Amino acid sequence: MPMMEFQGKEIEVDDDGYIINLDDWTKEIAEHLASLDSMTLTPAHWEVIDFLRNYYKQYQIAPMIKILVKEIGKVMGPEKGNTKYLYELYPGGPAKQACKFAGLPKPTGCV
Amino acid sequence: MAKLPTPEELAKIDLNPPEKDWMDTPADIKPGMFCWGAKGKNLKILDFPNARDWSPAEEDWKLPKDWEGTVLEAFADKLSKYRSFKIFMDVCVRCGACADKCHFFIGSGDPKNMPVLRAELMRSVYRKYFTNSGKVLGKLAGARELDLAVLKEWWYYFYQCTECRRCSVFCPYGIDTAEITMMAREFFNLLGLNIDWIAGPVANCYMKGNHLGLEPHTIKSSIEFFLDDIETVTGIKIEPTFNRKGAEILFVTPSGDLFADPGTYTAMGYLMLFHELGLDYTWSTYASEGGNFGFFTSNEMAKRLNSKIYAEAKRLGVKWILGGECGHMWRVLNQYMDTWNGPADFMEVPTSPITGTRFENARSTKMVHITEFTADLIKHGKLKLDPSRNDHLKVTYHDSCNTARGMGLLEEPRYVLKSVCNNFYEMPDNTIREQTFCCGSGTGLNASENMELRMKGGLPRANAVKHVRDQHGVNMLANVCAIDRATLKAAMEYWVPDVSVCGTHELLANALVMKGEKERTQDLRLEPLPGKEVKE
Repeated sequence: MPMMEFQGKEIEVDDDGYIINLDDWTKEIAEHLASLDSMTLTPAHWEVIDFLRNYYKQYQIAPMIKILVKEIGKVMGPEKGNTKYLYELYPGGPAKQACKFAGLPKPTGCV
Repeated sequence: MAKLPTPEELAKIDLNPPEKDWMDTPADIKPGMFCWGAKGKNLKILDFPNARDWSPAEEDWKLPKDWEGTVLEAFADKLSKYRSFKIFMDVCVRCGACADKCHFFIGSGDPKNMPVLRAELMRSVYRKYFTNSGKVLGKLAGARELDLAVLKEWWYYFYQCTECRRCSVFCPYGIDTAEITMMAREFFNLLGLNIDWIAGPVANCYMKGNHLGLEPHTIKSSIEFFLDDIETVTGIKIEPTFNRKGAEILFVTPSGDLFADPGTYTAMGYLMLFHELGLDYTWSTYASEGGNFGFFTSNEMAKRLNSKIYAEAKRLGVKWILGGECGHMWRVLNQYMDTWNGPADFMEVPTSPITGTRFENARSTKMVHITEFTADLIKHGKLKLDPSRNDHLKVTYHDSCNTARGMGLLEEPRYVLKSVCNNFYEMPDNTIREQTFCCGSGTGLNASENMELRMKGGLPRANAVKHVRDQHGVNMLANVCAIDRATLKAAMEYWVPDVSVCGTHELLANALVMKGEKERTQDLRLEPLPGKEVKE
């Protein structure tokens, strides 16, 4: 199993760098992962990460992008409830990049 | 993750064979062409042997002791158990009819992707240990020993076969290379050499009833999300039931339809059709997977996963099962289920409550494909359809390998599509129906780390789509398979970016005129219907 070293601690990740155990995640790790992609997390980024983590806690899976879009729009206003906004925030894709920062595993199957 | 070459780079296919004989050309395991190894925790859940984390990219595959003995013992066992396998090991005359029929060979130019040579990778070992000529004459008789390099070569190339069976259509002996690949994958499982894109979904399905690992409340919330969108489009509020005992019909579809676009629009289509018919049916959160990735590991695992559907049908007391748009689900159902868990005589021969048609073809499995069901409805004039709502689309149809070659479902999806779309164009004859080209990512190879392999394998299909796009302006690729909906989307974005992908029941539901609906101004994707926009 690949490991990621962070602040002297070994953290289990999968082959694509996604954290295996949800509980290993910290805000500092999210910031660290973002810095690896040359990004700095702003409050707008955190809104998405917090939503993703809450959704995962409730449903045990990362949400579909369209659910993310709709829910973000509901909570934060229609100007943020669109795919364009999310891709501007996360150029690597809200599903892949934001989920990675949020410490969620990659979904599998017919997807 | 390996960087994906551009389409221009990937389209340059080198057809020059390697300098040395194939036996002296060991497999070069290239990033982008293989999937990550199965995680120990997933193998453990399934009681598969040698559960540990491993990586195909590393030299040490952490094989069990005496792995050669394990493989050869299993080889002998399969030869005695499956006569077809024994025949396929013996009868090939190397005529070459299959050589250029494989999508992976066409897209990669790698000779070991010729079905004849892929099978030869295994036949050579068969000869060494199971034939007299091979034991005595060795390499002269085309035999070779099983060693680590051979095992790695097997692994690399048998996970570059999607078991699509196109080659078998052209083989004068009817050799089914898919069955050879299936045997190879059985051996790999004995050594813990599965890939995680298969082991993960199988473990999920075993624990939670579906490949994605959707919990009951997640399934329900996902469907409720679709219902909201349906109400937005049609003004109609739909209230389906879950796990309802006494329902006439159990509906089972791939979990991808519940959680991945564009399959979700297909799922909306099912919901709308069933509501319009007033069908007495139920969803299940236990039998919540039509697909069966177990089929890509071992016969026993496939049987275990398949049994859940029937256990649920029995528990709920339904009369028969209606199955959604899926590919390999139907190969399993049509060709294997009956001798695994059937005949399912606790149910009745499926009969459409709307038309009275008895589906004699499903007499034993009690499970009907939704396009059979819907085609029958249309044939009897039971649906009010307005195909002009799909007029902005020029549609072609991709036959899923498994529904086409595995159950002969060729006419029904076309009949449905032609009834709901005014613009339908076929791809060239040698790329459809029995000769259909694979999406390039079937049998659990639809991961992301092997994207180069997937795009190579998807090239022949994409090329045929490009042909009808150029000839007729086709902009929509319809299909009846959840893997297709996920994988062709990626293949189209890569090779033919202006063509979208959809399930057949998405287009049906767009055209379906429902009782009490408001005037439609949007399609199921909530995009404006051309010519029907809301007037300001």
